[in-house]
Amino acid sequence: MKSENTDSRPVASVQDRAAALSQVFEARGLVPDQYYDDFRHQAEEEWSPANGARAVARAWSDPEYKARLLKNGKSAIEEIGLSLPIQQRHLVVLENTPEVHNVIVCTLCSCTAFTLLGVAPHWYKDFEYRARIVRQARTVLREMGLDLPESVEIRVWDTTADTRYIVLPLRPAHSQGLSEPELASLVTKESMIGVTRLEAPYRRGTEA
Amino acid sequence: MDGMHDLGGKEGFGPIVFEFGGPVYHEAWEARAHALASLARKLKLFNIDEYRHAIERMEPRHYMSSLYYERVLTSCASLCVEKGICTADELQELARGQFPLARPISPGRVNVPCGGNYALDARVRIKNEFVSGHVRLPAYVRGKVGTIVGISPVVPFPDAAAHGLQGSPEPTYDISFDSEHLWPDASEAGKVCLAVFHSYIDEAV
Repeated sequence: MKSENTDSRPVASVQDRAAALSQVFEARGLVPDQYYDDFRHQAEEEWSPANGARAVARAWSDPEYKARLLKNGKSAIEEIGLSLPIQQRHLVVLENTPEVHNVIVCTLCSCTAFTLLGVAPHWYKDFEYRARIVRQARTVLREMGLDLPESVEIRVWDTTADTRYIVLPLRPAHSQGLSEPELASLVTKESMIGVTRLEAPYRRGTEA
Repeated sequence: MDGMHDLGGKEGFGPIVFEFGGPVYHEAWEARAHALASLARKLKLFNIDEYRHAIERMEPRHYMSSLYYERVLTSCASLCVEKGICTADELQELARGQFPLARPISPGRVNVPCGGNYALDARVRIKNEFVSGHVRLPAYVRGKVGTIVGISPVVPFPDAAAHGLQGSPEPTYDISFDSEHLWPDASEAGKVCLAVFHSYIDEAV
């Protein structure tokens, strides 16, 4: 990187910079005991797409719940013990149909409903996805393995404010008779972001 | 600000490197950077809007050559220096090398409390305005006309909050645009929907 300053020392490695900032926090007594382990556990285990999947499975099983989820996502997820962080004040649930496909992005940074979807995947934060999905959605989805016919309308949702979006995937026909936990196990992070679909003919072998 | 972060619709980027699942962190320092930024917010050293804006203020070549968690780290470190938690010299000494930080902040702006709301299904035009401080309007909808498809509760005004100013909470509107209106003759057909703050709307049309 070119820079204006005249410091001739090399830029410290990002590992050393992260360690330096940690030392600043620790020297000032700002880091609680076990904090790093607890945070990592929360980010890797508690912020999980299994949470969003529970809401999807409930909506597939209970039409009245689905109506509430589509009307006011935040209060509907709270009914089943889920929540958003305090600064995410509004949740809009986007229903996929045979004719409409929804997909989410954050072009300005990388916002997501991470308590429901899990921490955003690396590809979601990459410049390629952020730049291209709003303008070339059909091509980008095809490149990612989802080939939608021209008859399906694509709606891209750009997360630019405190509203969060998740996709309610279409329930696959092969899921008849499954219990709610079994239904939840079919629902992936990718399907709730909207880069995959769960029903035939779009369902992928890599998904449950 | 018209920064490098405003990527929606930019051309020249190649294929997405996609994988199912995938690890939350590839390396330990990424988890550390994420944890520190989250801790700083819990301690109210800075707010979410200041945090986002400090990423946007990174020198453009640094922004473009950084992975996500390096941007997280740079924002957190920059704000710690700006808020007096530590000095840039201390960070460089501890890191044993240069520690690039965000560029200085420009003045922010407050909003005026909005009187009245726009209605669902209204057609509205977005202001064609240029804001050198923090703003949550992607350049690709400046001056464009779309249809309101959703309305949020009132939320803090980011253009003020990112600069430590006291704005008035206001609603955001989910507005649906035809992509062929956003990039005439240079876009695939489809809809692009995004949440637009009340203050960013010019008028009903």
